[in-house]
Amino acid sequence: MSIKKISKDQPKDFVFSEKNLELAEKILAKYPKDKKQSGVMALLYLTQRQNDNWIPLAAMKYIAKFLEMPYIKVFEVATFYSMYNLTPVGKHFIQICTTTPCMLRGAYKLVDICKRKISDDQNILSKDKSCSWTEVECLGACVNAPMMQINDDYYEDLDEKTAEKIIDQILNGIKPKPGSYRGRINSEPENNRQTLMDLKNA
Amino acid sequence: MLKLKVNEIDIEVEEGLTVLQACEQAGVEIPRFCYHEKLSIAGNCRMCLVEIEKSPKPIASCAMPATEGMNIKTNTSKVEKARKGVMEFLLANHPLDCPVCDQGGECDLQDQSMFYGIDKSRYKENKRYVPEKYMGPLIKTQMTRCIHCTRCIRFATEVAGVPELGAIGRGEDMQITTYLEKSMESELSANVIDLCPVGALTSKPYVFEARPWELKKTETIDVMDAVGSNIRVDTYGWEVKRILPRINEDINEEWISDKSRYACDGLQNQRLDIPYIKKDGIFEKSSWEEAYEIISKKIYSTSSDEIAGLTGDLTNMETLFITKEFFSKTIKSSNLDSRAEHIFVNNDERSNYLFNSTINAIEESDFILLVGSNPRYEATILNARIRKSYLKNNTEIYSIGDLGNLTYPYTVLKNTTEIIKEIIEDKHEVSNKIKNSKKPIIIVGQSVLKLDSANYIIEKIKEYLKYNNKINNEWNAFNILSNNASTVGSYDLNILSSKEKNNKVLNGIENNKFKILFLLGLDDINFKKNNEFIVYIGSHGDKGAEISDVILPGAAYTEQDGFFTNLEGKIQKAYKASYPPGEAKEDWLILNELASKIKSKKLYKNKDELEKSMMNYLKLTNNEKNKKNFENFRFVNEKIILNEIDYYYSNVIARSSKTMSRCRQEKMKLKETGTEG
Repeated sequence: MSIKKISKDQPKDFVFSEKNLELAEKILAKYPKDKKQSGVMALLYLTQRQNDNWIPLAAMKYIAKFLEMPYIKVFEVATFYSMYNLTPVGKHFIQICTTTPCMLRGAYKLVDICKRKISDDQNILSKDKSCSWTEVECLGACVNAPMMQINDDYYEDLDEKTAEKIIDQILNGIKPKPGSYRGRINSEPENNRQTLMDLKNA
Repeated sequence: MLKLKVNEIDIEVEEGLTVLQACEQAGVEIPRFCYHEKLSIAGNCRMCLVEIEKSPKPIASCAMPATEGMNIKTNTSKVEKARKGVMEFLLANHPLDCPVCDQGGECDLQDQSMFYGIDKSRYKENKRYVPEKYMGPLIKTQMTRCIHCTRCIRFATEVAGVPELGAIGRGEDMQITTYLEKSMESELSANVIDLCPVGALTSKPYVFEARPWELKKTETIDVMDAVGSNIRVDTYGWEVKRILPRINEDINEEWISDKSRYACDGLQNQRLDIPYIKKDGIFEKSSWEEAYEIISKKIYSTSSDEIAGLTGDLTNMETLFITKEFFSKTIKSSNLDSRAEHIFVNNDERSNYLFNSTINAIEESDFILLVGSNPRYEATILNARIRKSYLKNNTEIYSIGDLGNLTYPYTVLKNTTEIIKEIIEDKHEVSNKIKNSKKPIIIVGQSVLKLDSANYIIEKIKEYLKYNNKINNEWNAFNILSNNASTVGSYDLNILSSKEKNNKVLNGIENNKFKILFLLGLDDINFKKNNEFIVYIGSHGDKGAEISDVILPGAAYTEQDGFFTNLEGKIQKAYKASYPPGEAKEDWLILNELASKIKSKKLYKNKDELEKSMMNYLKLTNNEKNKKNFENFRFVNEKIILNEIDYYYSNVIARSSKTMSRCRQEKMKLKETGTEG
């Protein structure tokens, strides 16, 4: 991982949509009046949702003014967390977990597929600009490794074949079915339960 | 008091100290990078690890409060190992380019790695590279060297009050930068260079100029404003290479303003190094003898009341005193004044023109009212104190007139004298605030002294404060903020041609009444020259030299010993760090020689005699002064228009400085693009 690149193409202005403005007020109501800054992460996320999954500089300024805090403080938070995208990403944003458990189970094979099918580099969008991918740290689905996240959904228990299929579907505009690709429900054991048999709802 | 043990030595320390401070009191040195006593505690460099009994792990002493019965050990093998480990991590990504680093020789990292580190590195991987950041014309960055102590960020946010620095990214990719690499917008910005324990932030104008061990260090006093910051002038041969702050808790703590620090390259430019005589409108080089000859001839042929003199903003007190003696004894004229503007002053009492509350006591204050002054530009260091007070006591600050960003919040009152009248007559909400405050501070600026009702305002405010017991033996709430280093000194020496606002000399000059005019380092004067014969004694070729007929080259503040009284009335001596250029002479010597030419007798045998005589005069006048009450109060309802301050161009030295010009351009650029503030 290296420091996040800031996009060169920046929109001039940014304002919250009416709906998000309402939401932002609701978020700020949770904090004492003089501690508004606490809401910065939530507001950055709102921004990202509103602005095609990335945060432009104008939005950071807007939030800084909104929360009465220095620009640099917002900038610090936005660059710290990998959840925030500071350059435009594809409509389908693929995040591949490459932390140890996923890596051991073959996450780099998924990365290779993305490199082949989407783009060579993480910061570059696919040819039709609809899709981009990135490596990320642990997404907390280690039991179902390897896995990737596409927009809001997790695709788990992947191998080269299933991953390729999923990406093909996405590139063709079909939404693949989220969840385990080895037929598991969530992260239950594959051949039924072996332990804690005396408990009903374990 | 807490009783604790440091390395088996029993000591008692106050409560509320950290382990590191307790160790310091016990005389045990603890290495540190991020900890700085004037800044908040960060605890992120881990260099100050110590062992505390019953604690399984070494503890960062800077962030650990000292408690009763602690047994602290700093000399065990565990501590030594911990320090070595931390040092190795800090150096893992550090480029080790000391031979080409400006910090070399005065670098905390260099010194501490010699003392506490190991002699080799086990780090075989590639080192991190961080691109350079732009932080304005004063700060050169080499961010690969940064060890992320965050001192600079904390300084900018806390002391300077411009939260523009920050750390972006995380982990190994953490970088210190300003928002989108804008220049830092503070008059204290260059202090981050001193704070930086490594060579990440170094001085841009001083880049590759000299090594610290080659420089001659002279401890002296700054003259860029009236605060009288304590500085250290580093010279290489004749040249002043740089200026650094010296710790004085009563005045500048350990900061100095950018102007104090960087105007020094103006000492090399535009210097007058040989006497000049104007012939047919063109300056011609001449000798001292010739120049003295012309002046004395002119003085012989002119009656003494047609000779006048004005002293300048950077003149030291010896020069002021010998000028006074020169005028009273040699020329026998009373036309000498130190005010180049129509400014009110009542020097019957010393407290009438001093910053009486003292700079240090600003921290204790709980209410501050600014009357027609902008401390950010007039006295930057003082402004930092006001900010400190605001952070410490949540001091309420009011200002008559909108001053823009002062680095702390304040309430703006309308900028008319009517408001002051209301306050004095208890008709304004501020009146109650002053009364209820334990230690209020009223700061009156020079802009007010120029007003027609200056007399009324000053005397009435004083009367009001006395009536409400805010001027007593312990506290004096009445403060005048002088702008120039020489102002208080010249009032102390009574260099005034007439009392109060009336300025006989300036009136005369404006009406072209004088035939000979002496300008002692005075450049900020506007009048229409008629037929006056003007003698300019000063260091730089600026406005004053331009209009003169004879130029006598003098010395700047780093080139002669001299006393300066700061705005609180503290008298401090500035020491000679280098020599006047070319044939230029020390100011007092010029007047002494001129006097001996005219009267064939020197005023003083040597500098010591002059100094003694001046000190005697100061003692006598301070005892002698009889108070006089003014009757002719005149109130005029008028607007208080703040003096426009061109911060980076406020005196001759700053105007000759390339660095100051660059700073000024940068600031104008920010103003134009509207990104300011």
